[in-house]
Amino acid sequence: MKYSYYPGCTLKNKAQDLDKYARSSALALGFELVEIPEWQCCGGVYPLGTDEIATKLSSVRALNYAKEQGQDLITLCSACHHVLKRVNDDMKNVEDIRTRANNYCGFEEAYAGETKVLHFLEVLRDVIGFDELAKKVVNPLEGKKIGAYYGCLTLRPGKILDFDDPENPKIMEDFIRALGAEPVIYSMRNECCGGYTALKDPDFTKQRTAQIFDDSTGFGADCLITACPLCMYNLNKSDASSKVPVYYFTELLAEALGVKEGA
Amino acid sequence: MQKIGVFVCHCGTNIAATVDVKKVVELVRYEPGVVYADDYMYMCSEAGQEKIIEAIKEYGLTGLVICSCSPRMHEKTFRACAEKAGLNPYMVEVANIREQCSWIHKDKEEATKKAVILARAAIAKVNLNTPLKEGESPVTKRALVIGGGIAGIQTALDIADAGYEVDIVEKEPSIGGRMSQFDKTFPTLDCASCILTPKMVEVNQHPNITLYTYSEVEKVSGYVGNFDVDIRKKARSIDFDKCTGCGECSTKCPLGKIGNIPSEFDRGLRNRPAIYMPFAQAVPAVPVIDRENCTYFKTGKCGVCAKICPSKAVDYEQQDEIVTVKYGAIVVATGFDIINLDKFGEYAYNESPDVITSIELERLMNAAGPTGGHLERMSNHKQPKDIVFIQCVGSRCDSDEKGKPYCSKVCCMYTAKHAMLIKDHWPDTNITVFYIDVRTPGKNFDEFYRRAVEQYHVNYIKGQVGKVKPQPDGSLLVQAADLLDGKQINMKADMVVLAAAIEPNPGVRKIATMLTASIDNNNFLTEAHAKLRPVESPTAGIFLSGMAQGPKDIPETVSQAGAAAVKVIGLLAKDHLKTNPCTAQCDTLLCNGCSTCANVCPYGAITYDDVQVMDHGLRETRRVAQVNLALCQGCGACTSACPSGAMDLQGFSNRQITTEVDAICR
Repeated sequence: MKYSYYPGCTLKNKAQDLDKYARSSALALGFELVEIPEWQCCGGVYPLGTDEIATKLSSVRALNYAKEQGQDLITLCSACHHVLKRVNDDMKNVEDIRTRANNYCGFEEAYAGETKVLHFLEVLRDVIGFDELAKKVVNPLEGKKIGAYYGCLTLRPGKILDFDDPENPKIMEDFIRALGAEPVIYSMRNECCGGYTALKDPDFTKQRTAQIFDDSTGFGADCLITACPLCMYNLNKSDASSKVPVYYFTELLAEALGVKEGA
Repeated sequence: MQKIGVFVCHCGTNIAATVDVKKVVELVRYEPGVVYADDYMYMCSEAGQEKIIEAIKEYGLTGLVICSCSPRMHEKTFRACAEKAGLNPYMVEVANIREQCSWIHKDKEEATKKAVILARAAIAKVNLNTPLKEGESPVTKRALVIGGGIAGIQTALDIADAGYEVDIVEKEPSIGGRMSQFDKTFPTLDCASCILTPKMVEVNQHPNITLYTYSEVEKVSGYVGNFDVDIRKKARSIDFDKCTGCGECSTKCPLGKIGNIPSEFDRGLRNRPAIYMPFAQAVPAVPVIDRENCTYFKTGKCGVCAKICPSKAVDYEQQDEIVTVKYGAIVVATGFDIINLDKFGEYAYNESPDVITSIELERLMNAAGPTGGHLERMSNHKQPKDIVFIQCVGSRCDSDEKGKPYCSKVCCMYTAKHAMLIKDHWPDTNITVFYIDVRTPGKNFDEFYRRAVEQYHVNYIKGQVGKVKPQPDGSLLVQAADLLDGKQINMKADMVVLAAAIEPNPGVRKIATMLTASIDNNNFLTEAHAKLRPVESPTAGIFLSGMAQGPKDIPETVSQAGAAAVKVIGLLAKDHLKTNPCTAQCDTLLCNGCSTCANVCPYGAITYDDVQVMDHGLRETRRVAQVNLALCQGCGACTSACPSGAMDLQGFSNRQITTEVDAICR
């Protein structure tokens, strides 16, 4: 099984772990991530301006490429997942944006949101199945208490992303269970880490990340997992006394599947 | 040939502002059959009706067309007016040029054109009208009340006191409904039990009231004055006549301690045995065995209750019983419940035992409740110091997947009540209420709320709560916005109370379908007229009482219950009801006995009979349809289904309808 794969810029430098462990895990699970050629940065944030299409075009190109391959488009980074799904929704439902983007791109056949965008975790849940995943685990992470940190972009806006219940998600907890570890439920798991305010007001992000560590470790977590390079950055910058290691979810996946070495 | 008079109403400016009334008069004056046409400001007024009567006499009119509002509004009025002048009331047709014309159009020319077309259709129909005579049907002088909460109780008592027999059907083992779960009632803070229990006892002892508890309405047939209702009396597993209500069985049931069966009455805050009475003051004071959970019914072993019952009342062999009773009127008083909170994950209701609903708080504050009236956190049984109330949880919600679009009406008041009661008992408790708006109209209601703010210093904050976060130390962190201050708030709390939206009892859909009573998008029963007939359903003989019709508090429920009772008494006081003469008729010469009509008739009004007919000089026996006029409601389903055109509806004959269509398409 092959999927078109949109890594996004961060996965090529700061978040290489997120990328490489995903690729090796995918092969172990019987599917392949085929990186699409000449992809461009999604912009990192979904552009809210409704009168300008320029910032949406890179996503449109990636989406259209996957359509031409007849493949679903997979992403790993929370931000790319968020942007691609929202732009895809625009192309499907907002006539003005669809018309202008197609006029500009001049595809052979107009693109109207046909591509299905999937987060890597959605493939694990909906295509592979967590039960099947559990069967393929060779190094179960027994005894580990892991807090899933969703952040905000992975889940919201809930209706468009259609990823999980934004107020009470369980996909990452089910993932943790499949790897043989114990998920820790804590209320900060779907709260924002502060995101880009790290540039303008680092104290604020520190405050937020401290709350995340306090809350998760308070409920017994001995490490956190995330799918978001920006969350990872902010959490790593934290000087909270309750700080615990943070991993990309793909790293633990590769470890459990026994493909971490050599990835 | 008919002599038809056409009367065009202005309805003040309701019609005249959009329809050129004078022009309508001019254009219909020369329609076939019309001998008189005129307009008037208010046709339904005394002077307007006088005008009609005079015209009938002066011009010898044999048919009338009134161009006015919907026939649902004033058809009766104009028929009565015609009758006064000696004309058969069924010679009157109403052309609806208000609701279906002037109110929905803006362009005067278009609207006038349409009004003329509607008038022409009505004139064409009247040309074919024949005088009809109403029949009579007897009235069964007994009423059924579905639901035994305060609404049903009050309706039943009022009907019974007027001398008529009433049955209450309640699906729970006891009457009392939601009100019996409450602690105190606003705005006077009387104890709910103290004012409800005497009424429950009165119902039980009233010679005119029969109680069917642990029972459900299974089937309804018939029509106003003559309903046949099947009631399923679910097997209680207790012999009603032998049981003394001593309660020994409940105390000895082994599942009481180990069963983990959540008590419905205490909203799951404590467990109950498998043989139980919902609460101490239950009426009737006879327990019931929950067969789904009872060990005896599951495994055939145990039988403790039967062994220890001093009066040998436990009967494991008891079966459901179905009784059929005739009623003249039916009142729906099925009440409400609160919505399921699964979709409100942000409030952590399913995560934390210290996040509770207001109705659970009622149980926690009730002296007969799971904590004996001592307010405590369910997680550690300690008294809460900081309590946060969240209003509008699912009420006034713009996402219809999550909540309800309407205001639940009672939450502002009961939250003020809870806050004051808590402050009265434990004055050093800090109470914060997050609200969108505080809505307290009603006698002595706003004063009540002001008292909470001014005398009890309850902290009211305008703004909604974004998230309730259970903390590692067991407390709760409430994250909210203060809209007046423009600030974000993070507040620690020991307990969070959710004012969950109210919705009609989920069972009401099934009941409404059986009764052919209409319900709205939110499953509340629809009234016949929002303002003028608020306690009647559009279906004749069905009446509404309490929350089943819409959110309301206890004083309002009791008022409506009384109003519904008066309507029922008004119906039962009659010996006969006039029946609708617009019934179906079968032309036996055309009928070939195919049964199509009987299959579509919703009222079971069609039977078949073998009759002798003369067809072109040949005498033969044929199977033909016969309509029971007492049952036929004139819906017309058979006339449109009949393949040979044998079925025809009096007053709405096939010819009349096609003539109307012709007039419209002319």
